[in-house]
Amino acid sequence: MELFKNTNFDFLGKKWPFIIASLVLTVAGVGSLIIKGGPLYGIDFKGGTVTTVRFKQAPNEDQIRKALAAKISGEIVVQQVTGQNEVIISTDLRDEKELNAARAVVFDTLKSTFGSQAGGKEDINLTTQAALADRIRGPLASAGGSLTEPQLQELVKDILAFRNSAPRSGLLGNKNVTPQVINVLKQETVTGPYTIRGFDLVGPKVGKELQTQAFSATLLALLGMLVYVGFRFEFIYGLAAVIAVFHDTIITIGLFSLLDKEVSLTVIAALLTLVGFSMNDTIVVFDRIRENLPQMRREKFDTVVNLSINQTLSRTILTSGLTFLTALALWLFGGQVLNGFSFALVAGIIFGTYSSIFIAAPILIYCREWMENRRKDGGTPAPTVAAGKTKSSK
Amino acid sequence: MDKNIRTKAIVIVATILICIYGIIGLPTSKEQLNQNVANSIKLGLDLRGGSQLVLQVQVQDAFKADADQGIERLKDEMLKAGIAYVSLDRNDPATIEDADKIHINVKGIPVDKTAPFRELLQLKFSNWQMASMGSADYRLTKNTTESLTMRRDTVTRSMRTIENRINGLGLAEATVQQRGNGEANPEILVQMPGVDDPARVKALLQAAAKLEIVEVKDGPSPSEEALRAKSGGILPLGTRPIQQASRPGDQGESWYVASRSAVVTGQDLRNARPSQDQMGKWETSFVLSPDAGKRFGRYTESNVGNKLAVLLDNKARSVATINSKIEDSGVITGAPSQQEASDLALVLTSGSLPAGIVYLEERTVGPSLGADSIRDGLMAGAVGVGAVVLVMLVYYKKAGINAVLALILNAIILIAVLAYFGAVLTLPGMAGIILTIGMAVDSNVLIFERIREELRHGKGVLAAVDAGFGKAWWTIVDTHVTTIVSCAFLFIFGTTAVKGFAITLVIGLIANVFTAVFVSRAIFDWELSGKEQPTTLSI
Repeated sequence: MELFKNTNFDFLGKKWPFIIASLVLTVAGVGSLIIKGGPLYGIDFKGGTVTTVRFKQAPNEDQIRKALAAKISGEIVVQQVTGQNEVIISTDLRDEKELNAARAVVFDTLKSTFGSQAGGKEDINLTTQAALADRIRGPLASAGGSLTEPQLQELVKDILAFRNSAPRSGLLGNKNVTPQVINVLKQETVTGPYTIRGFDLVGPKVGKELQTQAFSATLLALLGMLVYVGFRFEFIYGLAAVIAVFHDTIITIGLFSLLDKEVSLTVIAALLTLVGFSMNDTIVVFDRIRENLPQMRREKFDTVVNLSINQTLSRTILTSGLTFLTALALWLFGGQVLNGFSFALVAGIIFGTYSSIFIAAPILIYCREWMENRRKDGGTPAPTVAAGKTKSSK
Repeated sequence: MDKNIRTKAIVIVATILICIYGIIGLPTSKEQLNQNVANSIKLGLDLRGGSQLVLQVQVQDAFKADADQGIERLKDEMLKAGIAYVSLDRNDPATIEDADKIHINVKGIPVDKTAPFRELLQLKFSNWQMASMGSADYRLTKNTTESLTMRRDTVTRSMRTIENRINGLGLAEATVQQRGNGEANPEILVQMPGVDDPARVKALLQAAAKLEIVEVKDGPSPSEEALRAKSGGILPLGTRPIQQASRPGDQGESWYVASRSAVVTGQDLRNARPSQDQMGKWETSFVLSPDAGKRFGRYTESNVGNKLAVLLDNKARSVATINSKIEDSGVITGAPSQQEASDLALVLTSGSLPAGIVYLEERTVGPSLGADSIRDGLMAGAVGVGAVVLVMLVYYKKAGINAVLALILNAIILIAVLAYFGAVLTLPGMAGIILTIGMAVDSNVLIFERIREELRHGKGVLAAVDAGFGKAWWTIVDTHVTTIVSCAFLFIFGTTAVKGFAITLVIGLIANVFTAVFVSRAIFDWELSGKEQPTTLSI
């Protein structure tokens, strides 16, 4: 099976609609970034708390927001996880002094707003192993169902493991579950309406440092690409490739801003991966240009470029497409935690592929023409473009 | 030709065996197999559930405490040497960066005492550097090496104390490690698998737990002002005001005048444990080391009738009259629960922290969230890899099988290398593996497309395969280097999750050079070696 056999599209002739589309996307993204005052940073970069809470019934987002707003200053974002009665609550944390109390404020507010009203009973859905053991140890002894401490700990551990297991359809298969245990559990505990599945807290100072690190890591990666491609090909090839990759990065970040998606640390990881990966298609095309040039000395440079793009088209589409498939699988099935990361990959791979053809190649041609014009005007002679450092070896 | 293939086959089979051994060991039963796999692939906290704390050692506290000690010693020595002064104090560096700027100000040394003062400093305070700030005033500072050692020591001692406390809690799998560079950025990372409520651990780690038993000179009074008023506005030399720790049911505050120096401190403890008094109330009892016990015995014997206070973090936990000689044990009363009594015992025996700690970051992943992440990761992997395999088989037919075999080996090598290095598998790490598969197959595509092109140009099968691998080689190297270089910048970040991703991707891509080029080529060679003059290739 072959999808692109001896294609002869005039990519460079049709470049303008694509370049304009790129410009529009870039301007929209950068505009959105400016209007919104930078990217919508996740907790990693700005500090704050993130609490993942799962409810029995569909939670009322407004109620959560209002209850927390009474206790916490700054923005409170309550985001529903689609398909589940689960919310992710993000709060701001601007002052170092609030660090220690932040957890208690969020947890206590949730408890007083949504917590079980069965006065004084231990909430199984919020308890810890130690707390539950402490709670039932005494009553169990008075009920005549006294267990040894290891037995008690094992029982509590099993109850919580049962609570935590995904389908929650299993039986409590514990030899220590006696009628007394059941009675004591009934009498001392209650299954509350929600559980806290995860909690993250990052101090504001850490976040500020990470912002700088993320920024410098991205710039360094781009610089690394410029140096490597410049070394393997020629400086103008490196320049064209890096401008194209920079274009991909800006558009992806702009897209995050336009869609109000949070930029977390994993999103930066995805961006850096893309910086490297987007180079791949560009390198494949450049490699072919270098290979074709000696055999096509009579042809114009843009004809050589266009032919090279056509010759490598099936490669470009297939390699990007296959990586895109795995990124898409991550985005669709990888779960909430990786959502931003995989979205960045999915979007970035699309832009990266398209920019190899419609951005990198025209820039390369433009640079070369500019250099040739300078030479004609009597400037310094341009180096020969065909002078590749390493030819294919066997 | 045949010999060549045999050598390649041996290399490949040996690699497979070493990799599989790295992952599953030599199991003799199914349970052992599961056990070995679990041992070699360690799951990160985000997958298995647990808590992670990042804390920062407030090094400046240790510098301040050191300066305070210096001031006390200086006062004593100057008193002995008969050198008068107007004031002796220190500055108050508020941040970690400013810790080095600690200095002691000595003001108002009479001109005729300048020489003996300088001599005293040279003899007994050689670790402080003196600078004169006018005719009668001096400033003492720490030199750079001294400061550096102090910073390092403070962080190391804090880590040891934190390790002791974590171990004391019975968190066997927990790890304590330094993060960032020690001097400039004293951060400590504590990872506790299986702990889903770190509130108790946090409080326990942060407890300064400075224990002192001191002589009580006067009191109680309802306020600090009242206490001072009683002794005419100024407390006697060598004493300090102490507040009684509040207990439920207390009416107002009680204050005492206590001796500045302690009879016994936390360092003199041999052991501490929770116990109950006659009323069944929880308390923490402690036993002193033999030396301290003797000292304490002598002291209490000669001070029968006087009052002693047990201070915890500068607050009086109990004040009692000495009835008789006390040898080597004591109690700290007022624990509201058994847990608090045993936590106090734990922090007392684990040693005190040389400086305060501040939590910078806290992350907790509940076990159910971790299990969900594993499920989602496996699902995404199955779908993503399945799709890639399907496309390869449909698009390249028999050569697709070749690529898929290379991919499987790629994944095995990647997992085995992770196991050999003892790397931790995180959720981004899982994503890294899945993405590696997507990128690894690109090498095969580059080679196969090139072979097709050569075939189209009319080359023979053998020559086409040869040219395909040869011409695609540098392209493959280039594409791998760019991705690895850009991923390498991810190591700038200290975060485990992001590092986990970068490590899997980098290892996966390096392994890919072996599988996509060497292994894939060997499979082609083997496939073509059977035929005399191969004329067709399924690609």
